Amino acid sequence: MSDSDSEVMAEADGFVSALNMPDVPSAKLPPHLELRKTRVLCNVDAPHNTDTVQYSGAYASIGVDNSLRFDDFCNNFRVEVTRLSHEDMEFDMVGIDPSIANAFRRILLAELPTMAIEKVLIANNTSVVQDEVLAHRLGLIPIKVDPRLFDYLSENDTPNEKNTIVFKLHVRCEEKGQRLTVTSNELTWLPKGSEFLKTSESLTSTSKAETYTSFTCSQDSLPEFGGNPISVYPDITIDKLGFGQEIELEAHAVKGVGKTHAKWSPVATCWYRMLPEVVLTEEIEGKKAEVLKQKCPANVFEIEDLADGRKRATVARPRACTLCRECIKDGEDWEKRVSLRRVKDHFMFTIESTGALPPEVLFTEAVKVLEDKCELVISDLS
Amino acid sequence: MEHASFGDQRNATFSLAEEDHTLANALRFTLNQDPRVIFCGYSIPHPSEARVNIRVQTTGEPAREVLKDSCQDLMLMCQHIRGTFDKAVNDFRTTNPPDNHPSQDMDSD
Repeated sequence: MSDSDSEVMAEADGFVSALNMPDVPSAKLPPHLELRKTRVLCNVDAPHNTDTVQYSGAYASIGVDNSLRFDDFCNNFRVEVTRLSHEDMEFDMVGIDPSIANAFRRILLAELPTMAIEKVLIANNTSVVQDEVLAHRLGLIPIKVDPRLFDYLSENDTPNEKNTIVFKLHVRCEEKGQRLTVTSNELTWLPKGSEFLKTSESLTSTSKAETYTSFTCSQDSLPEFGGNPISVYPDITIDKLGFGQEIELEAHAVKGVGKTHAKWSPVATCWYRMLPEVVLTEEIEGKKAEVLKQKCPANVFEIEDLADGRKRATVARPRACTLCRECIKDGEDWEKRVSLRRVKDHFMFTIESTGALPPEVLFTEAVKVLEDKCELVISDLS
Repeated sequence: MEHASFGDQRNATFSLAEEDHTLANALRFTLNQDPRVIFCGYSIPHPSEARVNIRVQTTGEPAREVLKDSCQDLMLMCQHIRGTFDKAVNDFRTTNPPDNHPSQDMDSD
């Protein structure tokens, strides 16, 4: 049998003989390994191939280099913004390993600083909400100020205009038979610092009465806050007061990070999901196409009219797929027809800011934090 | 940072204080992508201690240099990501002028 004969036979059977395989090594992976490397297969039983192939020599035996070339990374990496507002954004990040995408997510949640109320000095609280519960509620109110303008307050520091923001809350329900809702709008910024005086001994020893902060100047005289007073997120209910009940307190906000306490997290939440890929492995026509369209609660499929009057199912909105797997649950036939996958290096990233910084700035800051970490390790090693 | 290596520069364990999965997992990726690395992995010895150990074994180069290069790689990637992201945001802004955003009026109060 001649070479050409065997080639014809091989093609006819859909089978490639080892003798006819293209010369190895080629720079590319065979298709079945490429699929395993780049896609998660979401089958009825479980997701398959969920791991990433990180080791540079993973495919050395078939002559494929799996190491990362920086040029390749630069050529393949892209970002596409799909939604952007003052509070939230969504973007696609393509061509990046999950370990790095996850690092950004973790930094956004836990390691980017914001200002949050940490100390509450309560002069009077006759409301039904206990002092400690009230203080906790105050802590969770987002403060709309750029944390980069402030320093951390460490243990031995005195609170000053560079590390502390002071708010005052003084409300009393004066109307009989009425109930007063106290909202975050009632918190007023004190740019000159605390107004509460420290008690007894300091009063007698020094001529000037000491307060709980030592501001050298008023914060509203600083250029960054001049025409731009510090405010908190409006309309958050703090407490409800009955007739005659009163709250008088001072809240001191300091800089911190989310891993200390979630109140310092700059995001309401931040998450990503991998791009769903829905592939019809065979033509689905007529009644079956209708059934498939009906099955999907996320409305991923559409029906296309062919020229000869037949109807065929198409994948119209793969991004809407939630991988609920309804479409492949009814027996093996469906699992063969429809293949649900996720692209391992394509992330749909969502950031919901709490208002301190816009979401696009948060992401840039998160990347900078990771850079700083690397720099620290490099300087430690040198 | 501790650097525990027993006479052999090629194999070493680095102990990073105040770090966690965020950096270690990203570094494990860049280290694994380096052809000079035979093995690398990380562990957090105790969950209530902020510390992570990174193990690096190389084909010949000192492990310390390889780890340094990996950090450098990660930094370069970060810089590229930042540049690409800023450009994508600017592109989005030019095609979708900000007055289309309904949440803008929130800032007016």
